[in-house]
Amino acid sequence: MKRRTVIVTLACLIAVVALVLVGTVVGSSSLTIMDVAHTLIGAGTPGQQLIVVELRLPRVVAGLLVGIALGLAGALMQTFARNPLATPDIIGVTSGASFGAVAAIVLGGGSYAVGAGLLTLGLPVAAVIGALVTSAVVYGLSWRGGIDSYRLILIGIGATATLTGITSYLISRAQITDAAAAAQWLVGSLSGVSWSSVWPVLVAVLVVTPLALTQTANLEVSQLGDDISTGLGVALQRHRLIIIVCAVVLTATAVSASGPIEFVAFVAPQIARRLARSSRPPLLASALLGAVIVLGADALTRGVLPGEVPVGIITAIVGAPYLIWLLTRRKENLV
Amino acid sequence: MLVVLAAIAVVVTVVSLMLGSNLISPAAVFTGLFHPELDVGAIVWGSRVPRTALGLLVGIALGVAGAVMQGQTRNPLADPGILGVSAGASLAVVIGIYVLGTSSILVTLWLALAGATVASVVVFSVAALGRGLSSPVPLAIAGTAVSALLVAFTSYLVLSDETTLAAYRVWVVGSLSGRTLDGAGAALAFAGVGMVFAIANVRSLNALSLGTELATGLGENLLRARIVGLAAVTLLTASAVAITGPIGFVGLTAPHIARALIGGDHRWLLPASALVGASVLLACDVIGRLIGGTAEVSVGVVLTVVGGVAFVAIVRRGKLATL
Repeated sequence: MKRRTVIVTLACLIAVVALVLVGTVVGSSSLTIMDVAHTLIGAGTPGQQLIVVELRLPRVVAGLLVGIALGLAGALMQTFARNPLATPDIIGVTSGASFGAVAAIVLGGGSYAVGAGLLTLGLPVAAVIGALVTSAVVYGLSWRGGIDSYRLILIGIGATATLTGITSYLISRAQITDAAAAAQWLVGSLSGVSWSSVWPVLVAVLVVTPLALTQTANLEVSQLGDDISTGLGVALQRHRLIIIVCAVVLTATAVSASGPIEFVAFVAPQIARRLARSSRPPLLASALLGAVIVLGADALTRGVLPGEVPVGIITAIVGAPYLIWLLTRRKENLV
Repeated sequence: MLVVLAAIAVVVTVVSLMLGSNLISPAAVFTGLFHPELDVGAIVWGSRVPRTALGLLVGIALGVAGAVMQGQTRNPLADPGILGVSAGASLAVVIGIYVLGTSSILVTLWLALAGATVASVVVFSVAALGRGLSSPVPLAIAGTAVSALLVAFTSYLVLSDETTLAAYRVWVVGSLSGRTLDGAGAALAFAGVGMVFAIANVRSLNALSLGTELATGLGENLLRARIVGLAAVTLLTASAVAITGPIGFVGLTAPHIARALIGGDHRWLLPASALVGASVLLACDVIGRLIGGTAEVSVGVVLTVVGGVAFVAIVRRGKLATL
């Protein structure tokens, strides 16, 4: 790793730790740092126990993991497709996961917040299945003797439009409580997160991150083009399959925990790449920066803004203009 | 060819009058058409006729809007849904439901028009500042980004108020079910003005198809051509959105089918797109009525599936040449 990349990665790590602390200590009920510390070692009152362990910690941990998963998934996809626009949001992975999850919420009955037994297990599974099927279909349809990243992006946009339409249809036919739950979930929010929704994304991050990091060297080489990388001994098909499955599983589990928090997977790798001044997004720094963005946005919704604005709305309001700004700059060579 | 398309549109119109979730024999429908005072006449005039008429209006409006949009941008993927124009209209309409508590068609029309105008100006400016309007990817991405931003605001409003959600979730899928002719006159007026702008734009569209430089060289006033085209697109889209809610993909597919059948001359392409748009929309509405049984599947949903397939086919068809 370049020295600058190491420094950026460490800086992101420090920011993540700081935001985790802030997220645990600051909240609507005022506890001192000492109270929180006492509670964490098991010496708090039952009330403090409830606030810290059951309300704040899962939210912070979920934000951390979801951010890592989205940042890493975005970096993997962007590097793989050699195109910054090829993020899970745009090529349809996110909408596939959302469709699966909304189907589970609406057809499974019961509201999401209650976390009925079926849903606790069913939501992440449905999201992963939806994402996997969608990516397989999008990838298959984009294949014409090879993958062209423009075609991948456009087919992804088409798939997203179709899936969004069908998802809206499910919501329009649901009970109003389920519809409200699904609509709430669809904007991406950390406010209703409990420990049960954290586990899938925790497992995914723990398993997938090392697997993805084993592909770092191959990713580097594959930037040179298919022929050269095959010549240099990269098993290209296997490498591609690993990257795609990693990105899809990370995205889908993240979506199942918090709902689709948009633009994180696009923005985090791009900022990390610019900070590190490297030719492709650095994986670890992108993952950590994703966590910084999600935790930061969540802190903003809890501490600064009136009412509870869902995280996904903040990331969209910040991320979309960033993408639009990049689009207006010709020399950015975005597409 | 135009005659054949017109004939198809007439057939689809008749089918739309005949078939529905309410099983009435075609003969009875025929009787009902000429005897509004009978029970069957009440059903036909109360539900089938308005529904079919509105479907025709929306299909024609979206078909022509798509043709003008694709002609203006020379971009094969231009569509009011994909480029965020419908998302702009939706946000404005939701603001109307939330702030004014009304979804009356007259208010909705003006709001949809305002939202559609703002969104399309933003999307086209972004794409034009970057790579230019005719490259498919930047324009589609600009549409996606602007849509995402608008949807974020829309979700926020919808989530903070359950009555808004209740109205919004039914409206957003795009449906002809239960729409009446109340206020349809205003929508017709909007669409009519939009159509006038579209017809006024035909010469410019033909000149623009040679490329902007050549068009300017031929004495075309580029700014005026763009403004007229934009007025046509926003008026037509707004009238359609106000009636049915956002319906995607008609504006995308109708001009492509029309172009394949009739060629690129906009004097023929616009009427052909109108006829194809009307036929596609009504046909999808009939399919939705039939496959759902008593619980109809709304036309917008049928179209996202049919249109999604068409979109993929267009993208896969070789390299995406600019029109």
